[in-house]
Amino acid sequence: MEPGAEKKEKRIEVRGLDMGYGSFVLMRNLNFTVNKGDVFIIMGGSGCGKSTLLKILTGLKEPLQGQVFYNGNSFWEAEPEEREKIMQGFGILYQSGALWSSMTLAENIALPLEQYTNLKPAEIREIISLKLALVGLAGFEDFYPSEISGGMRKRAGLARAMALDPDILFFDEPSAGLDPVSARLLDDLILELSSSLGTTVVVVTHELASIFAIGNNSVFLDTDVKTMTASGDPKKLLAESKDPNLINFLTRGEKSAHEERNSSVHPG
Amino acid sequence: MDTNSILQFSRPSPDTLALLFAGDWKLANKPPLIEDVRKQIDAEPKIQRITFNAKEVRNWDSSLLIFLTNVMDICTKNKIQVDKENLPHGVQRLLNLASPQHQRKGVSRTITHKSFFVMVADATFDFIRSSAEILSFIGEAFLAFMKFLRGKANFRRSDFVTIVQDTGAQSLPIVSLISMLVGLILAFVGAIQLKMFGAQLYVADVVGIGMVRVMGAIMTGIIMAGRTGAAFAAQLGTMQVNEEIDALRTLGISPMEFLVLPRMLALVIMMPLLCLYADFMGILGGFIVGVGMLNLGVTEYYHQTASAVTMTYLWIGLFHSAVFGVLVALSGCLRGMQCGRSASEVGYATTSAVVTSIVSIIVATAIITFGCQLLGI
Repeated sequence: MEPGAEKKEKRIEVRGLDMGYGSFVLMRNLNFTVNKGDVFIIMGGSGCGKSTLLKILTGLKEPLQGQVFYNGNSFWEAEPEEREKIMQGFGILYQSGALWSSMTLAENIALPLEQYTNLKPAEIREIISLKLALVGLAGFEDFYPSEISGGMRKRAGLARAMALDPDILFFDEPSAGLDPVSARLLDDLILELSSSLGTTVVVVTHELASIFAIGNNSVFLDTDVKTMTASGDPKKLLAESKDPNLINFLTRGEKSAHEERNSSVHPG
Repeated sequence: MDTNSILQFSRPSPDTLALLFAGDWKLANKPPLIEDVRKQIDAEPKIQRITFNAKEVRNWDSSLLIFLTNVMDICTKNKIQVDKENLPHGVQRLLNLASPQHQRKGVSRTITHKSFFVMVADATFDFIRSSAEILSFIGEAFLAFMKFLRGKANFRRSDFVTIVQDTGAQSLPIVSLISMLVGLILAFVGAIQLKMFGAQLYVADVVGIGMVRVMGAIMTGIIMAGRTGAAFAAQLGTMQVNEEIDALRTLGISPMEFLVLPRMLALVIMMPLLCLYADFMGILGGFIVGVGMLNLGVTEYYHQTASAVTMTYLWIGLFHSAVFGVLVALSGCLRGMQCGRSASEVGYATTSAVVTSIVSIIVATAIITFGCQLLGI
């Protein structure tokens, strides 16, 4: 089959999703699809519910309403055991790395492997070395999370997220707290994973450089109207969208040129 | 040189009020009263426009901004036009940033005063909710324990060993000190009374029975509540803040089995052992007073203690301590798992764990004592 001609395989589907806390609704009626191999960006200003959406997608928080499907299977209506099974295909990098502080980096990466595989200790050790080397932390096996820097913790968190070669990798603000070079390296790694292993990647971020560098699909959450106002390739959105809030976001507020071009749009 | 905040008024035309600012407009200085401005605005003839002149201001900070914001609020209410042209550029820019059109809409919270009945109802629902939470936590802990009995519980043996060491061996110094002192105190207090009847020898009974039957267990319980229960709450709370517990959950590992179960097991095993040790140290404290101060003989004291302390008392004491072990571990882990996601929440969880443990220890002691009374032991 020719590349590009293949039919896109749906990985995640979100239908009519409402999210919030108790009676407080953050976002209503979210609908989007993430295809296999996508680098999907969840974007929006601070406090718009990006992280809450990630929690719903990763099984930490129930939606108020609506459905999430993984490979066509309903996630939140499934029995807890089935949901856990779906969750085994996830790798998640938390904002702070969320390494288990009482374990060394090697033990952190080993835990998912010990849980879900029957590999021998020596094989696990090899996988640990490989994953740590992939994120540039070779030799740090026996360090505790408190002994390494914040950026290294984040990379170690990524090594742990990749331990089981997941189908879907979730990133919660991957470049927050990283220097520009490390952030760039992390972006490259994300692209590499998605293109070489076909891993589907979902990234919550508001770093414009990352959004344009890695994203090929996205959803924009707008706090003003409490729902998503756009979805698709962020580069295309920037070129074609007429939504002032989205353009404002994608151009860091330097929107005057766009306003002139799209003179039909009322000023935001 | 005058360094106060100075404000002067003038009327260049009948419908214009000019505000002249001068001096140092710093928070450290007392600003002029906004009431003066209001009076000027209310004075006849009514003004249509306000102008500012701040050329004479030497230094300014938020004090000037707050004053100007207040003036502008009054102007908006009275539909008076404001001319900001002659303010320093920095002031104009900051006022613009803080202006209402730059704020997110509909975020301010309206604090409503609730009636007494609503507050009672809220408190009742809160109580019901927290009771339900506690019950479901106990239920989950029990299920995890059942899984452990079937050999299916999912936790790391090495974690368990570390916790046993933390709660057991490392508590020995403080348990020694406290229980020996409690033994000493019991002996002193008892000695004063018993001496009046010439019955000093019975100090051995007071200390022996007191320590073995209940005091040893209570003292270890309280020490463990402060030392270990608080540590459990703080550890689990910090893990909650760092998303470590989320990371376990999304990996399909139950935090109940992985984190709570080893802590509970460790404490339930170590508490009776520590209690035995505390009993011994307390009796040693009483022995020091008996032999050193009351001039009782060493063998005499030993025999008196041995005849007073029966196995029944020892079992009652150990039963107390096992119950306290469960209570301290449950409260510590419960508060830790309930912890919110900020540093202050961790502090609150820790305090709450200690309070919950100590209260439940005392209540449990009362219940067990009453039960023993009923059973006649």
